[in-house]
Amino acid sequence: MAQTRRSFLTTSTALASAALFPMPALAQAAPRVVVVGGGFGGTSVAREIKKLNPKVSVTLVEASPTFTACPFSNLVIGGLRDLKAQQFNYDKVRAAGVNVVIGTAIGVNASGQTLRLADVTLPYDRLVLSPGIDLRWDALPGYNEAAAAKMPHAWRAGEQTTLLRNQLTAMEDGGLVVMSVPANPFRCPPGPYERASLIAHYLKTSKPKSKLLVLDAKDAFSKQRLFQNAWKELYPNHLEWVSLSAGGKVNSVDPETNTLTTDFGKQAAKVANVIPPQRAGRIAELAGVTNQTGWCPIDPVTFESRQVPGIHVIGDATIAGAMPKSAFTANSQAKVCAAAVVKLLAGEKPAQPKLINTCYSVVAPDYGISVAGVYEPAGGVLADVKGSGGVSPADAPADARKTEAVYAEAWFRTITSEVFG
Amino acid sequence: MARALINVPAKAKRGEVITIKTLISHVMETGFRHTTMGVRIPRDIIDTFVCTYNGEEIFRATLHSAIAANPFITFHTVATESGTLTFTWSGDSQFSQTETANIVVE
Repeated sequence: MAQTRRSFLTTSTALASAALFPMPALAQAAPRVVVVGGGFGGTSVAREIKKLNPKVSVTLVEASPTFTACPFSNLVIGGLRDLKAQQFNYDKVRAAGVNVVIGTAIGVNASGQTLRLADVTLPYDRLVLSPGIDLRWDALPGYNEAAAAKMPHAWRAGEQTTLLRNQLTAMEDGGLVVMSVPANPFRCPPGPYERASLIAHYLKTSKPKSKLLVLDAKDAFSKQRLFQNAWKELYPNHLEWVSLSAGGKVNSVDPETNTLTTDFGKQAAKVANVIPPQRAGRIAELAGVTNQTGWCPIDPVTFESRQVPGIHVIGDATIAGAMPKSAFTANSQAKVCAAAVVKLLAGEKPAQPKLINTCYSVVAPDYGISVAGVYEPAGGVLADVKGSGGVSPADAPADARKTEAVYAEAWFRTITSEVFG
Repeated sequence: MARALINVPAKAKRGEVITIKTLISHVMETGFRHTTMGVRIPRDIIDTFVCTYNGEEIFRATLHSAIAANPFITFHTVATESGTLTFTWSGDSQFSQTETANIVVE
């Protein structure tokens, strides 16, 4: 058949569209999304993508068959909660249609679009990394993996949580507990101060001659006024916070003697909890999505890496502007990223998102405080929405603190049942 | 009185190079900021830091508006003889504070 002017135009238009939008062609052949990291971010994004478009093949890669949640693990350290209450498996995630692979991701071929595990290579159309944090073993002289067995960080929940708890229970009354807190950024900005509160609560109720000394590399921190008011009220004799400007920055540790050294002194601890500086989980660096900071710059609309196309990063590993590194943030980002990935796979344009975060901290049983924020992309980063969010009132009555402690518990049940239930 | 921290080794060998660390609490208000009402906040900084060792000046620093709050200054000297190191910070609004530390040189 001779080509008419009309049929030529139709054909060339079709070719042009195919060139402009190559993804729909792929998408029709069951697009594949691979997610790395089965925490709050990764598990949420895997399930959300499956929910938004059941035709997408979603694989979740996670190293451990059991997930141990960090939020509320400070209550385990304080003796107010069992570690088992922190643990979840992936049965319901599988039942939701996600292919869960237990294994460690060891490499990414970004141009070939494959993720490598020890014994298998997974092809993907879009890769989502939610690797959480790695502890920097090179950042604090004296502190390495071996030292962590003596001076636990307990900043990744599980064995380390139990180790710190056991050291506290084994300590004789009258012992000095020392905690070292790093400079920003790190996972869970209010976390060290919640932990300090709950360790102080344990000392006050079970080992009243003991004391907690918090050595901090910062002068200011999340919910500072609320925490400091609570400490004055509840733990005046059991908790001392030493700020950066008071010489609180720890420069080195010695696990042999359980000693922490600052610029102006040494503290020998009976129990030492060293929270070291952190960076994005290892696979992020292997994938080439980290920058010189050790964290991952992302597009705030799609969470696609600024450095490697086709790879999205969510959760603690990201540089997320005003959003803190928290479980709620990871879950919020997962939902936005899932919607963007589904749109991109269909050749559509992702919508401008709004994200939220809430962090509860438990200062004592029946004493909770919170911070909330709303964020949107602005100027290439995630920025605070002006006039939104805030913290618990400074002068709230005791029953308001008690209500917030109940809300905190409800928050944990809600998010974990959404993600793992 | 501002809170000042000083770290001088209590003992040193004659001729040894020692590290001295100091940290003082101070707002170091630059003089370039304005209140929400548009009124300029006057400069309030430490502009001079001097250390003497048994009366002899061994270290001096001039500080400007760009220096952050709570200035941390660290430097080295040679331990020559037992005695006293004197540290003086001075600046705007007649700010002046002096602290001392002793060293035994063997």
